[in-house]
Amino acid sequence: MAEPQAGPPGTVTFTLDGRRVTGREGELVISAAERAGVYIPRFCYHPRLAPVGMCRMCLVEVVGPRGATLQPACIATVEEGGEIVTDSPKVKKAQDGILEFLLINHPLDCPVCDKGGECPLQDQTLAYGPGESRFVEEKRHFAKPIALSELVLLDRERCIQCGRCTRFAEEVAGEAQIDFAGRGERLEVAMFPTRPFTSYFSGNTVQICPVGALTATPYRFTARPWDLDQVESTCTTCAVGCRVAVQSSANRLTRLLGLDSEPVNHSWLCDKGRFAYEAVNGDEVRAGPAAADGRPVTLGSSHPRGAFAGEVIETASKVGRVTEPMVRAGDRHVRAGWSRALAEAARRLGEVRAAHGPEAIAVLGGGRLTNEGAYAWTKLAKAVLGTDSVDAQLGDGLPAELVLALPRATIDETCSAPVVVLIGGDVREELPVLFLRLRRAVLDGRTRIVEVSPRSTALTQYAAVSLRVRPGDVPAVARILAGQPGPLPSHPAGPACSPEQLAQARALVEAAGGEAGSSVVVAYGRSSLAEDPSFDAAAVSTLAVAWPGARFLPLLRRGNVHGALDMGMAPGILPGRTSLEGGRAWFVEHWGSVPRARGKAATEVLQSAAEGGPGSVRALVLVGCDPLQDFPDAALAARALAGAEVVVAVAGHPSPALDHADVVLPVAVAHERPGTTTNIEGRVTRLGQKLVPPGLAWPDWTIATALADELGYDLAIGSVTEIAEEIERVAPAYRGFSPGYLDQVSGHDGLVVPLGTADAPPVAPIDPMATPGIGQVEQQGAPPRAGLTETVERELLAALHPEPAGEGAPAPMRRPAVEPVALPPPDHYSLRLVSTRRLYDRSSAVVGSPSLEPLVPPARALANPSELARLGVQDGERVRVTSPRGQVVLEAGADAGVPKGVLVVEFNLAEPAGAPNAASALIDATVPVNDVRLETL
Amino acid sequence: MSYFNAAMAARARQLVSLYPKARSALVPLCHLAQEQDGWLRPEAMEEIAELVGVTPAEVRGTASFYDMLHTEPVGRYVVSICTNIACLLDGAAELLDHASERLGVPVGGTTADGVFTLEEAECLADCDHPPCVQVNHRFVRTTTADAFDRLIDELAAGGRTEEIPPHGTLVRIRRSGGLRVPPDEIARERAQRAQGDG
Repeated sequence: MAEPQAGPPGTVTFTLDGRRVTGREGELVISAAERAGVYIPRFCYHPRLAPVGMCRMCLVEVVGPRGATLQPACIATVEEGGEIVTDSPKVKKAQDGILEFLLINHPLDCPVCDKGGECPLQDQTLAYGPGESRFVEEKRHFAKPIALSELVLLDRERCIQCGRCTRFAEEVAGEAQIDFAGRGERLEVAMFPTRPFTSYFSGNTVQICPVGALTATPYRFTARPWDLDQVESTCTTCAVGCRVAVQSSANRLTRLLGLDSEPVNHSWLCDKGRFAYEAVNGDEVRAGPAAADGRPVTLGSSHPRGAFAGEVIETASKVGRVTEPMVRAGDRHVRAGWSRALAEAARRLGEVRAAHGPEAIAVLGGGRLTNEGAYAWTKLAKAVLGTDSVDAQLGDGLPAELVLALPRATIDETCSAPVVVLIGGDVREELPVLFLRLRRAVLDGRTRIVEVSPRSTALTQYAAVSLRVRPGDVPAVARILAGQPGPLPSHPAGPACSPEQLAQARALVEAAGGEAGSSVVVAYGRSSLAEDPSFDAAAVSTLAVAWPGARFLPLLRRGNVHGALDMGMAPGILPGRTSLEGGRAWFVEHWGSVPRARGKAATEVLQSAAEGGPGSVRALVLVGCDPLQDFPDAALAARALAGAEVVVAVAGHPSPALDHADVVLPVAVAHERPGTTTNIEGRVTRLGQKLVPPGLAWPDWTIATALADELGYDLAIGSVTEIAEEIERVAPAYRGFSPGYLDQVSGHDGLVVPLGTADAPPVAPIDPMATPGIGQVEQQGAPPRAGLTETVERELLAALHPEPAGEGAPAPMRRPAVEPVALPPPDHYSLRLVSTRRLYDRSSAVVGSPSLEPLVPPARALANPSELARLGVQDGERVRVTSPRGQVVLEAGADAGVPKGVLVVEFNLAEPAGAPNAASALIDATVPVNDVRLETL
Repeated sequence: MSYFNAAMAARARQLVSLYPKARSALVPLCHLAQEQDGWLRPEAMEEIAELVGVTPAEVRGTASFYDMLHTEPVGRYVVSICTNIACLLDGAAELLDHASERLGVPVGGTTADGVFTLEEAECLADCDHPPCVQVNHRFVRTTTADAFDRLIDELAAGGRTEEIPPHGTLVRIRRSGGLRVPPDEIARERAQRAQGDG
């Protein structure tokens, strides 16, 4: 019999347990075998980490020139004509031996271990182990648990030294804050005594630990896997759109685990996304022993659960949530049923509209909504109330026309573009998992980053060129990058970046393929909340004109803000990335009416409500937002709320703005309602509902339709599915998009809209050894992917290229020309204020989560060391920062990554003695840049 | 503020420049820090991490692998007694027991006055004089309990300093010939490698 011919190029054919099997060239035996349906047991191997061959569990027989030898399948690669045996007596004996060795030092405390029931060691011992041990001596004992950080605990005796956690920290997160210490049987995972494992990604080590050695404080001892229920969903803590399995028990969220989504998160999550579910549970928190006696917590020593954040008390009343409709009675709120609250809201809004016209009503917020909720609210605001003053961005975003009109890059395209021009803040603080993707892309040599940011960031060390800019400098830097040489705005301390750096950046862009910019992706966000958004917008606009072939990735960070913009929650915008004017005829046909003229954006709305007078905004509808916390200018927000005649708040969590509300309507938050969400790249994914909303809370779309009913209009939508169908029908960018596709196997990682712009990559199966806890919970009766229909690939692919829109459909939006506002010259006595974001800030998701709240740093006044020296201020000294808006007292910090002439006060962090958001107490959102003075006390 | 004193800091820089990759200087720098203090202080590990571009956890991880690098304080004299086969057959266990009793500390412990640390060692490569004993990694050829007691008395009285330097001292005569490879050649080599990597 003739030998079969070799397969197509790039593939190799080998023998696996007597079968002819095809693998990819250079592929590891373990993964090639898995694709061929042969599972090889493993511990240290993880598909998203480099192989190390440490645990020896995957030993297989590889037939070579010297006969068959045992080799780890996670190191050996498949060879043309090779032969692999995975089921011989020799392999079985090796597996037996390895497991017997591993179990010698393992405590077998499964009944009290969190991992029991979903443990790869347990599962694989049952499947491949010897069944009994010859070890009769005393096992090792260690103090336990060791706190590696406030979120991660270590039980050393359970560790099997696979190194998944230490490799993750070094390889993926780039922060080797944990490493192996000691040797032999005393080998342990350890941090440096004074440097806890504070990585934003520490929770991933708990997720991939194949035993119960690493546990997360919020989950430890709260549930057993067989009691968990789960649903597949998308994390909306930021706008990256990581895929997650949401697990719950008895209508309480217990845990989020990252799903391996090839186009998005590669199975990783950030700790904020992973643990902010606590805010959904809305538990009361009692100060714990560590907080009570005022002593700082010493890490690296043994701690009982709850020592950090205090004890969590489960309460029926959900203190961290708004659960009942309320109306104002004098200076307090009284409980009202839905009918009374809705009638009151409709009456008040109706009165304002009758007396002052629809322009006197404004709707703020929307980034927290599902796409369906956002669509319903847009329809309510623009077709029923008749106002175009709707804004999902709270003065912290960029002009919606620009974001929606630019050709979009996917995350994958960004991570494979030869050059990425990054304009904005710190990606690790704002969109953490995108940071992991970009870092990996740079280290793999796939892309080079030109960073333009107001201070050095976590990506600076990976950037090919990192350009510092002061407030207002970005447009000039963008012109130079685009090949239009010109001067930078002058500053007494000289330009923040050197001409050589600018030339180097320009050379990179030129080398990457010319003037059309087709090899460039521009990733852009807000550089600083203390400067006018037109600076960043003008810079992006300049690059878009200069590089017609470039693609753009918006870095707006808030939850589903991209979905909200797509659904029309911005002034001058209608659903499906359509402009008010371009879509007028189409939407009048479908909706009956649209607003007469372009409305106000959030800053103008608040300014108008604060100033009053004829034609001003008199009614504010807050849809899941709090301008006092979210808007950069707290004083303006406070005056606006005080000045508004009517404030209706749709809220899930208590917040300061509710004090001003005339009507409070309780709303279901993430994991409490189904729908879809759209991420930064325009990828639409399914949001799963895991909980019944607490109390009387309703989903957003139900509130919108009920309010419309009260106002005497029928929104003509009766379910989430109906809304999705209407979106498909009327929103041009969503044409052909049916959420039904998301319920097919191939649709689980979502589809990028408009369809036809990006392919749907294959969806990874759930791997119970890579991410323990999803597959095992599924086996125990709770599938995360409920209601699956087997994919008909052809149908899905056909769906990616829908029929062109019919007669009368709105044309695509045109890119607006954005000019920056005039930049006032700096004076010698002031510093220019920059306000960037931190991951853990005083947002309701963090403050409502007992485990995360202690991690919020205090606000500090950060300046270049030479600037502090010039002003005679010591690092760590308390200083008074004064702007025309207000003053705060902060600790000064020396930061060499801050350019001279600039003061950084990070956004939404508390001043120790006063303002809950020190930065917003200083920022005037109505001026181009904010200058502040700094003085010692 | 450098942790190393001026002379040590200069030597540290020299060590880092000796290798194509700074990380390679990690273990030599640990020895240097131990020479300064007798053991590896946390501050030392933090500074070494900075010098070679790794995290302090990685320095601790590497240092804790090696028995001759101490991440806990040790006495002025570290007394090591080998208990491998040749020494064990010639009374190493008994000598270790005696030493523990004489010094009043368990194996691995340090005397309250901070003068002696007693440790059990693997083969010290002096198998023809068992049981083999070292003080600060210098052979003392003390094979009986009586001789051991005399040694301890002498050391406690401040004797034998010529023969036995403070703990951590590896060599007392520095190589005076300078670097065997001139620094500019190393720099050239590095640049070439960097180009090759790119």
